[in-house]
Amino acid sequence: MSDIADLSAAQAIAAIDAGDLSPADLFEHYRAASAAEELGALSWVADEAPADLDALEGAPLRGVPLAVKDLFCTEGVPSQAGSKILEGYLPPYTATVVQKLQDAGSTLLSKTHQDEFAMGSSTENCAFGPTRNPWDTTRVPGGSSGGSAAAVAAGLAPWALGTDTGGSIRQPAALCGIVGLKPTYGACSRYGMIAFASSLDQAGPFARDVTDTALLYSHMHGKDPRDATSVGLPDATVLPTAQRLDGIRLGVPNDVEQDGIEPGVRAAFDAALETAKSLGATVTEIDLPHASYGIAAYYVLAPAEASSNLARFDGVRYGVRVDAPDLVSMYTQTRHDGFGPEVKRRILIGTYALSSGYYDAYYASAQKVRTLIRRDLDAAYDRVDLIVTPTTPGVAFPLGSKTDDPLSMYLEDYFTVPFSLAGVPAISIPCGLSEGLPVGLQLAGPAFSENRILDAAFALEGALGFDGSPARKGGAA
Amino acid sequence: MSTQIEFETVIGLEIHVQLKTNTKMFCSCALGFGEEPNTRTCPVCLGLPGALPVANAQAIHLGLMIGLALGCELAPRSIFHRKNYFYPDSPKGYQISQFDEPLCGAGELGGVAIHRVHLEDDAAKTIHGGSSGRIDGSKTSVVDFNRAGTPLAEIVTEPDIRSAEQAGEFLRLLRTTLKTLGVSDVDMSQGSLRCDANISIRPVGETGLGTKTELKNMNSFRFIEQGIRAEVARQEALVRAGGKVEQETLHFDPRTERLTSMRSKEEAHDYRYFPEPDLTPVTITPEMLERAKAALPELPAARTARFEMLGLHADTAKLLSWRPELGDYFEEAAGATATADGVAVANLISNELLQRLEADADPAESNVPATALAALADLVADRAVTITGAKKVLDTLVAEGGDPATIVEAQGLGAVGGEDALTPVVQAALDANPDIADRLRTGDMKPMGVIIGFVMKETKGRADGKEVTKIVRSTLGL
Amino acid sequence: MIDREQVLHVARLARLALDDDEVARASDELSKILGHIETLGELDLEAVEPTAHVVEPDSALRPDVPHESLPREVTFSQAPDVADDGFRVPSPQA
Repeated sequence: MSDIADLSAAQAIAAIDAGDLSPADLFEHYRAASAAEELGALSWVADEAPADLDALEGAPLRGVPLAVKDLFCTEGVPSQAGSKILEGYLPPYTATVVQKLQDAGSTLLSKTHQDEFAMGSSTENCAFGPTRNPWDTTRVPGGSSGGSAAAVAAGLAPWALGTDTGGSIRQPAALCGIVGLKPTYGACSRYGMIAFASSLDQAGPFARDVTDTALLYSHMHGKDPRDATSVGLPDATVLPTAQRLDGIRLGVPNDVEQDGIEPGVRAAFDAALETAKSLGATVTEIDLPHASYGIAAYYVLAPAEASSNLARFDGVRYGVRVDAPDLVSMYTQTRHDGFGPEVKRRILIGTYALSSGYYDAYYASAQKVRTLIRRDLDAAYDRVDLIVTPTTPGVAFPLGSKTDDPLSMYLEDYFTVPFSLAGVPAISIPCGLSEGLPVGLQLAGPAFSENRILDAAFALEGALGFDGSPARKGGAA
Repeated sequence: MSTQIEFETVIGLEIHVQLKTNTKMFCSCALGFGEEPNTRTCPVCLGLPGALPVANAQAIHLGLMIGLALGCELAPRSIFHRKNYFYPDSPKGYQISQFDEPLCGAGELGGVAIHRVHLEDDAAKTIHGGSSGRIDGSKTSVVDFNRAGTPLAEIVTEPDIRSAEQAGEFLRLLRTTLKTLGVSDVDMSQGSLRCDANISIRPVGETGLGTKTELKNMNSFRFIEQGIRAEVARQEALVRAGGKVEQETLHFDPRTERLTSMRSKEEAHDYRYFPEPDLTPVTITPEMLERAKAALPELPAARTARFEMLGLHADTAKLLSWRPELGDYFEEAAGATATADGVAVANLISNELLQRLEADADPAESNVPATALAALADLVADRAVTITGAKKVLDTLVAEGGDPATIVEAQGLGAVGGEDALTPVVQAALDANPDIADRLRTGDMKPMGVIIGFVMKETKGRADGKEVTKIVRSTLGL
Repeated sequence: MIDREQVLHVARLARLALDDDEVARASDELSKILGHIETLGELDLEAVEPTAHVVEPDSALRPDVPHESLPREVTFSQAPDVADDGFRVPSPQA
């Protein structure tokens, strides 16, 4: 048997079934690696393996340990959403998605750092310090699920949970050279996910490869009676097997041609398209006339919902409170001290957009743009099976390089946001390196087309042969 | 000159009704009634991070029943919105309510147009230091989330009401209607029915609306009427003195009859409504509508009309139908009679029985079961006892219960009737009053009462006045 | 352009205290971000239906069956200030 660190989750399960590995050894390997980590990826690590670990040998996930983004509530385990206002918060219940994975035999190994309340694209907006990219520790891992992505890329966990609101799974997956799936909106329960923007938030898996991504995802989704917006998927998730892409019609939005994409990303993307053609796919240009308005619409809708979702952090029932003699001062000081700059910024934008006299110009307009983007995508999917873009315009950027320019940070989501607004699934897989840093390829499909996406991603992954192991050996740089 | 202007009062009501479900509006906590504080809570109604609301199907059902009972247009699809405001009683920082697409639209009750009915979740209870006496001073309050999330229906009328009395009348009909529906306890003292009144005045003849004030949280119908009267008087005096009504929220203290302005919550007017993204639209299926229709009992307005068809006086019909327990008692008694008609039974209840019971008492729980009242009505109809005798029987029944016929027998209240029994008494009366007898002979019937009074006295009221008159006439050969 | 007064108004609505330098920075940053957002004004949206929900499940209602509420010690376990079996706050009336 090869080193535990080199096993994918599916391979580890096979090794357990072959009697070559015990769930306890697997857990301990990752627990030790996590306890020693220096990337700032983890906010909490289990002290010891769960007592009943060997009993999980018969469970579908065989006790394979899981890293979970901080914003998922985990009973009795700190769940802080990267915010000072929730420092040390211990929820009395566990998020549905985490519970489902535990029921399937996964074990809670660690909680991961994130941008505060999932607002950010670099994990620098974390109250507990930034996370570093294992490919180059002077660079960001992306965000907001940067801790989860970095943990998987660095071999601190075989797989992890993240959430994606405008790109928060796909972008860090791209920047860390791993696979990340944002499912169809509603496929995974949001119950127990500390909310950022309710109409956009989706839980999703991170893994080293497409097979593990599909395996983890297959145990995550399902209609939850506690989440009114959750839906059952029409089909079970099957592990991908495709070797070829014969007959698959790929569409490339024509604005991918425009400026703003780094040349190295462009080159890796073009090479991946050639690979796709060599596997039998056809590539056509498509027009998404309203996609370029996605960022503007997103930065109305998400902050507006966030401004309301974060109102509950008022120092009354839980979390940090700043004592003050009167109620209004208690509220305003608690929130002043408890929230970081980006969260405050979005609360202000969102409150402004919903305030009297501005609703129609901002919120209502953004919802209409959402309709237009959905229509653009519906029309595109009449002509193509999947849409392909670079996941991000660039590779991982240096820490601190975008923190003073919120708008440039927001444009990280340019390619991911339209699919978030439409609520449709999309995956990011690594498709090569640019200047030694991973480049992500995004594959998106219509609602509920996760199996189609995973199959195509699997075929491409096999042909692209991306090697993620340098990040697990202390980085390539 | 301004003192010459006659004003018209314009009132619209907003009524909050706690719905009688098993669980809260958006979570599965049982509703709290007097439990220990903060024992009926869960992540959802505490507004914990990550918790999500799911609407209670039964609350939607009860909302539809209210809509049907008030003749409202029912929205095939309605939407919940978030109403954002900070207050310790608001665990999420917003209330989940309905905004521009409520469950029920325009309707009507008792001649008052209903604007809309929508569903929302109730706030927690904030116990203020000063008033509870449990906390030192009044600088802190404690919050109890047991009530947070209780389902509420908010019923909003059009500004159709023109007087305090009409407001009271409407509210009583509404309360009876909701009680009959079984959708709420509608108990103002327990807060399961709460009413705010929007009040303005305008010169008679004008159709525009004046600046309104809102009278909040009055906890009895009587206080609402008093409060409205006080506020209308205040507005009229203000305007007559050349002043202007300011839009504000007022509190009425029924003890001092004084109105005080409540400090407005800062910025409270900008609620930043937007569609609640955690909930999907409520779609009313034909099955849901059928189920709500099938659950509707006969409502007070319909019962009044049916009682009037039986010949009851309008006031009696209303009395018996607006208090459902009286209507039920009446129907049981009327159904148990052999010879008496409904009108006689109704009159016996409204004119006699209720006078002998405490206000608001349910006669079914008194010493006079409906069957006893029916038996008494039959005795009257059969002329076995006169109305005067029946009143005495009722006195005994109310005091100690029993069988009317037995009481009549025991107290010798049986009617004295028939020529054989009454002719000698009549003769004695004429003999004792010869001048009266003479006037009667000449056709002057005015003093007949004297003779009847004599006979009644002799028979201890057990004779029938009409029969006495008849015998007087035949005795005198008239 | 979002001026100082507007920033303070919005901050009041959001119950957010801001330091002076935060107000100045917010005015600048929000103006830039809203400038980008205002590109939405280029579109003719008159006849377009808004999207509030991307998916609408068949039935999202809950049966009216009670569950166990939280034990009170759990309810209070994360609270900053508990008194008299309740969550204590500075009085809203003070």
